[in-house]
Amino acid sequence: MTTLVYLIPVALFLGALGLSGFLWALRSGQYEDLDGAAERILIDQDDTGKDIGRRK
Amino acid sequence: MSCCAPGAEMALEVAATVSATPSSDEIKLASRSLGGDLHQTELSVPMVHCGACIQAIEAALGKVENVEAARVNLSTKRVSIRWHGDSVPPFFAVLGRMGYQAHLFDPEIHEKDKTLSELIRAVAVAGFAAGNIMLLSVSVWSGAEGPTRDLFHWLSALIAIPALAFAGGIYFRSAANALRHGRMNMDVPIAVGVSLAYAMSLYETVNHGEHAYFDASVSLLFFLLIGRTLDHVMRERARTAVNGLSRLAARGAVVLRDDGTREYVPVAELMPRMRLLIAAGERIPVDGDITSGNSDLDCSIVSGESAPKAVSAGTYVQAGILNLTGPLTMRATAAAKDSFLAEMVRLMEAAEGGRSHYRRIADRVSALYAPVVHLAAFVTFLGWMVASGDWHRAMTIAIAVLIITCPCALGLAVPIVQVVAARRLFEAGVMVKDGSAMERLAAIDTAVFDKTGTLTMGQPRLINASEIDPTMLAMAADMAAHSRHPFSKAIAAYAGFAGEPKLDSVREEPGFGIEAIAGNDIWRLGRRGWAGWKARTGGEGKIGGYGGTVLSKNGSIVGCFAFEDAPRSDARAAIWQLKDAGVSVDMLSGDTEKACSEVAGTLGIENFVPAVLPSGKVEWIESLTRAGHKVLMVGDGLNDTPALRAAHVSIAPASAADIGRKAADFVFLRESLLAVPLAMEMSRKAGRLIRQNIAIAIVYNAFAVPIAILGHVTPLIAAVAMSASSLIVIANAMRLQATANAIPEVTPTRRRSDVVGVARP
Repeated sequence: MTTLVYLIPVALFLGALGLSGFLWALRSGQYEDLDGAAERILIDQDDTGKDIGRRK
Repeated sequence: MSCCAPGAEMALEVAATVSATPSSDEIKLASRSLGGDLHQTELSVPMVHCGACIQAIEAALGKVENVEAARVNLSTKRVSIRWHGDSVPPFFAVLGRMGYQAHLFDPEIHEKDKTLSELIRAVAVAGFAAGNIMLLSVSVWSGAEGPTRDLFHWLSALIAIPALAFAGGIYFRSAANALRHGRMNMDVPIAVGVSLAYAMSLYETVNHGEHAYFDASVSLLFFLLIGRTLDHVMRERARTAVNGLSRLAARGAVVLRDDGTREYVPVAELMPRMRLLIAAGERIPVDGDITSGNSDLDCSIVSGESAPKAVSAGTYVQAGILNLTGPLTMRATAAAKDSFLAEMVRLMEAAEGGRSHYRRIADRVSALYAPVVHLAAFVTFLGWMVASGDWHRAMTIAIAVLIITCPCALGLAVPIVQVVAARRLFEAGVMVKDGSAMERLAAIDTAVFDKTGTLTMGQPRLINASEIDPTMLAMAADMAAHSRHPFSKAIAAYAGFAGEPKLDSVREEPGFGIEAIAGNDIWRLGRRGWAGWKARTGGEGKIGGYGGTVLSKNGSIVGCFAFEDAPRSDARAAIWQLKDAGVSVDMLSGDTEKACSEVAGTLGIENFVPAVLPSGKVEWIESLTRAGHKVLMVGDGLNDTPALRAAHVSIAPASAADIGRKAADFVFLRESLLAVPLAMEMSRKAGRLIRQNIAIAIVYNAFAVPIAILGHVTPLIAAVAMSASSLIVIANAMRLQATANAIPEVTPTRRRSDVVGVARP
C-alpha cells in the first residue's frame, strides 16, 4: 500500500510525459507529411529545405 | 517523368488543359505575406511521388535567386516556397524544366485542418486515459479490496474527467446539436450512455461500491474516436486531392485602363465596361463582348459544344470559356457576380433538393435503436424496482444495460466500412467526398451522362489519318506542333515521317490557321476558305467545323482532315457494365444533334437529348426523381453543375470545371470511365458489409442485453464484450477486397507538352 503512494503518481507522471510529448510533436507539424518523412530518410545530406513545416 | 517508372504512383492523370503559366501578379495574389518583404507561396505539384523528387525540387528551387527555402510535402503533393523581394522568382519555369507541372494553390483553401488536430488530440487523451484506467481496473478485477479498491476507483475517476471533458466534448456537442434540431443521431445514445456510466460510477465510488465503469466509458470513447478520426482523414484526403487539381477558373485579368496603363485585377473587382486583355491559353473571367483580335475558343466546359469556335470582334463570350490561339481584347458586360458562372451557382443552389432529404444509414438505425435501448433500460429499472424494491440496485442494473448496449460496434460499423471502401477507391483513382455519397450511389437505378468531356475526352481526334498522304500528314504535323488549337494537337500527334520539306518560318493566324514557308512554297493548315484560296469551296466565312480543316500548298488543297471528339477510354465498357448492373443510361448534352447521335450510337446509349440548356438538365433529373428514380449524374462542364447538385448522387472527372468538382460527390482522376461502374460496385459492396456489420451489432446486443437485464454484468464482462464486438466489426470491414485492378493503371499519353521547349530530363 505504501509503495502505491509513490508508484501511482510516478506511473501517471510518465504517462502524462508521453502524452505531452505526442501533443508537442503534433503541434510542431511532425505529422504534416508522413510519406515525405519516410522518403527523406533516404536523402543523403538534408541541407535543403529549411523547416517550413512549422507554422505559427 | 524524371524519376520512377510510370504507374508507380497514383498519378493524377488530369487531361492536360492548355494552361498558361500564372502571371507574377497572380502569384502575388495567391501568396501570403509573412511580414517584411517575405512571402510564402503554396504550389500544388501532383507529379511528386518519391524521395528523389523531393530532393530534386528542393535543391533546384533553393538555388533560385531570392528563394529563402522550399519544402515539399509528399502527402499533400505540395511545395511551400518562401521568398523575399518584389519580383516573383520563376518557380514555374524551374519546375517546368524539370518536368513537374505545377499550379497555384489558393491560400484560403489552405486553412490548416483544425478539426483533424482536435480529433487527434482527443484520441491521444482518450487513449492515455483509457490505458491508465484499464491498468487500475485490472488491479480491481484481480481482487483489490476495501480501501485499495476505493483508491483505484478515485484515481480512475480523476483520470476520466479530462478525457470526458476533452474527448467526450466532440460527442456531447454533436448530440446536443442533433437534439436541438429534433433529430436523432448516433452520438445521442453514446453521449447519454457515457455520461450516465460516469455519474453512476462516481456515486458507487463515493459509497465504497464494488463496481465502477470508468474504464468502459473511456475506452468506448477511445474506440469511437479512432473510427471518427479515420473517417475524417479519408474525407480530408479526398478534399486535398481534389483541391490540388489545376484550377480552371480565372483568378483575375489584365485590365487596360483608359490612359493605356495595364493592371492586374482580381476577378471580384472586375466591373462592367472595363477593357480586358485575354492572352492565348487564358480563360475568360467575366461575360463580355470581344472588341478586337481573332482567336479560337473552346466552349466545351461551358456549354458542351465540342467543336472549337473561331471568333472575332463583336462576339459575345461567357465566363469560363478558354481562349486558345490568339490574344483578345474584350469589354466586360457583367461583373463576376452576374456572369454565367455565378448564374450556374445560383441555379445550383436552387436545385439543392437531390440529397437534402437523405439521411445516413447510421442515423436511421440509431433513430430506431436509441429509443429501444433507452426503453429497455427503463423497463429493467421498473422491473427490478418491483422485484426487489432496492432502487440503488435497480439503477445499477439499468445503467449496466445502457453501457453494454452502448453502440460501440454500431458507431464503428458504418464509418469503418466506408473508410476501407474509400481507401480502395482512392487506390483506383476515385476520390470520395464523404461516406453518405457511397450510401447514395449504392441505391441508384438511373445514370445520366453529359457528353463532351465526360463520355468523350473533349479533345478532337483525327479519324481519317489512313487516307492522307503520309508526306502531307507529316508536314501538317510539323506545322500543327506550333499551335494550341485542339485540331492542331490532334494532327501534331502524327509527326514522325522524315521526308517532308523543312519549315523556314511558321506563324499562326488566330481564328484561321497556320501558315508556314518552306523553300518557295507557302503551306497553310486551317480553315478551308482561308487555306484553299485558289479553290473557293464555299466553306469560307463559316465557322470551321469538323471536316472543314485542310492543308494547302500555294493555295491548292492537298489534304483534308476530319475530326471527331474521341470517346473516353472504356466508355463503352463502362456503359455496358452499368446496364448490366440494372442501371438505365441517358445522355444529355448541350452539343448538336449530329455530334450527340454519333457518340450515342458508338457507345450504345438509346436515350439522348441534344442541345439541352443547363436548366433543362436540372428539369430532366427532377422529373426522373419525381417518377421515383434515384439518379446519378456524371458531368464535367459549368453547364452540368446545377444538374450535379440536383441529382441523388454525382460524379465528375478531374478535368471538370472548379465548381463542378466542388458540387460532385465523387471525382475520378484517371482517364478511364470504368471509374463510374467501379465506384458503384464498391458502394454496393460497402452497403452489403455495412448491413452485415449492423446485423452483427444487433445480434451481439440480443445476447448481451438479457445478461445485463438479469443483473449478471460486471465491469469486466462489459469491457470484454464491448471490445470483442468492436474488433469483430472492424475485421469484417477489412474483408472489402480491392477491385482496383479493374481500372487500367494510367500510362501517361505521349503528348507534346503545351509548353514549347521543355527539356525533359
